[in-house]
Amino acid sequence: MAFAAFGSSAPTTQGQTKSGRVVLALLLPGLIYLVLFFVIPLVSLVLTSLEAPAASGKIGEYVPGFDIGNYSYVVTKYWPQIARSFGFAFLATIISLLISYPLAYFIGVKARSRPMLQRMLVTLVIAPFFISFLLRTIAWKQLLADHSPIMEWAHQVGLLSPSQSFIGSEAAVVFGLVYNFIPFMTLPLYTSLERLDIRFLEAGSDLYASPAKVFRKITLPLSMPGIISGTLLTFIPIAGDYVNASRDFLGSSNTSMIGTMVDADFLQNRNYPAASAMSVVLMGIILILVTWYVRKSGTEDLL
Amino acid sequence: MKVLRSFWSGLKRGSLPVYSLLAVVFLLTPIFYTIVFSFNKSLRRNTVWNSFTFDNWTHICARQDLCNAVGNSIMISLISTLIATALGTALAIALVRYRFKFRSAVNFALFLPMATPEIVMGAGLAGLFFNAGVGPGFVPTVIAHVMFCLSFVVVTVKARVQTLDPALEEAGRDLYANPSQVFWKITFPLLLPGVLSAALLSFALSFDDFIITYFNSGSVNTFPKFIYVAAKGGVPAQANVIASSVFLLAIIIVLATQISGHFKRKRLQHVK
Repeated sequence: MAFAAFGSSAPTTQGQTKSGRVVLALLLPGLIYLVLFFVIPLVSLVLTSLEAPAASGKIGEYVPGFDIGNYSYVVTKYWPQIARSFGFAFLATIISLLISYPLAYFIGVKARSRPMLQRMLVTLVIAPFFISFLLRTIAWKQLLADHSPIMEWAHQVGLLSPSQSFIGSEAAVVFGLVYNFIPFMTLPLYTSLERLDIRFLEAGSDLYASPAKVFRKITLPLSMPGIISGTLLTFIPIAGDYVNASRDFLGSSNTSMIGTMVDADFLQNRNYPAASAMSVVLMGIILILVTWYVRKSGTEDLL
Repeated sequence: MKVLRSFWSGLKRGSLPVYSLLAVVFLLTPIFYTIVFSFNKSLRRNTVWNSFTFDNWTHICARQDLCNAVGNSIMISLISTLIATALGTALAIALVRYRFKFRSAVNFALFLPMATPEIVMGAGLAGLFFNAGVGPGFVPTVIAHVMFCLSFVVVTVKARVQTLDPALEEAGRDLYANPSQVFWKITFPLLLPGVLSAALLSFALSFDDFIITYFNSGSVNTFPKFIYVAAKGGVPAQANVIASSVFLLAIIIVLATQISGHFKRKRLQHVK
């Protein structure tokens, strides 16, 4: 429900004359909050990313400036992390979509005739939200650890060579990301498939379209809003995540992502300009990609 | 139905339900694991199964620091949920019910926080507090949590406001109810389910948040922070106990509302 509500419905206008003050009273507190704690931090992030080290040379001290050098520093030093973050995000989003679509289709279309089953399935899909995602990720780490039954089997079957371990690899990180974000993909897909009018599908097959064609020409286009919001809700947080990639979870020092570096620069090295520049780079790439994606898919009114 | 049955022609009938079952099992596996290991008799590390015990459940606060962290998490989530729900509900009502000049701009502005990775929001807020000379701690954490919950509340409540029939409020006005009576006797009760699910979502998001909290909480420990730090040396089984009880509680609430809703609908069908 929550994820399908980006669309704006026609507003019901009523009592327009004195409504002005009411609207203001309803809007102002929230908007002031948004400006204070969302807009201003973003602006301050950009300003911090341009700061230069203080003359004193002390660690953690910087003066306002216009030091573009922070950007060339982070891009040249951290390009593997940048590439990995977006590579992981692309892969994990596509795999999540492929796994989630049939599931969402089953819940939203096939289970429609059995409302009790449908509601149960939705509850099971959102169930992971109710239990700490850190613990769930640790659970996978232990289930897929070197001498776990699953890995013993993988070695026996030859999925992994005898000396290879799964945890710590890039595949393990993508696996964790896919697992953690499937509900974010399935829910919006479900909400848009749930509203799909089955009569369209019947009309398609009555006109001798093959099932594959019905899917491609009717089901897929009609579920586009769900695909768009699902992919956005998955891609954006994945690009910024660094818990799955952490060496204490599913990754290793070879799987660090943008977030890992922001964390290290901000909280440990106290190199605030570099951490800020890195965040701005992440946000900038995301904004460019999202704008391009939304334009391309022709769903601008979705936002 | 013919179409549906032959959907994805290569697949045999019945494979979609089987696939869905497998997908759900995949989603639930780590949850099951977490609950099972809350009953593990373990020393410091809870990674290998030893033997079954209730000790972890009866001695939840054996790790005092864990209980303190959970207490902080509950406080932070409750306060942030209250504030975010109030602010977000007001915004949602304004956005659906009224037409004003910058409506689509406001809609877009409220979408942006959801399109911002946690790390960016967390670092931005931490930088702001740092520049303002406010150290990280409890209040900055609450402020940050309200911020990232706000948009989700707006989206959830908006969906509910859109389903409200304005005729009901008109009827109230026609019967000489004043605006505040109309709001509290008609609008608010009708909105309540949406507001409650927004609050629940907001609590869940806040309680489980790690990245933004890590940047803004300083020395204040929370449940996710405790787990993140403990992951290095080994998470105590009591953490599993707490996560499992939160999970079971939430599932019971959801199932209860669903089952009662199911029977309510059945009753209504009988009346008809």
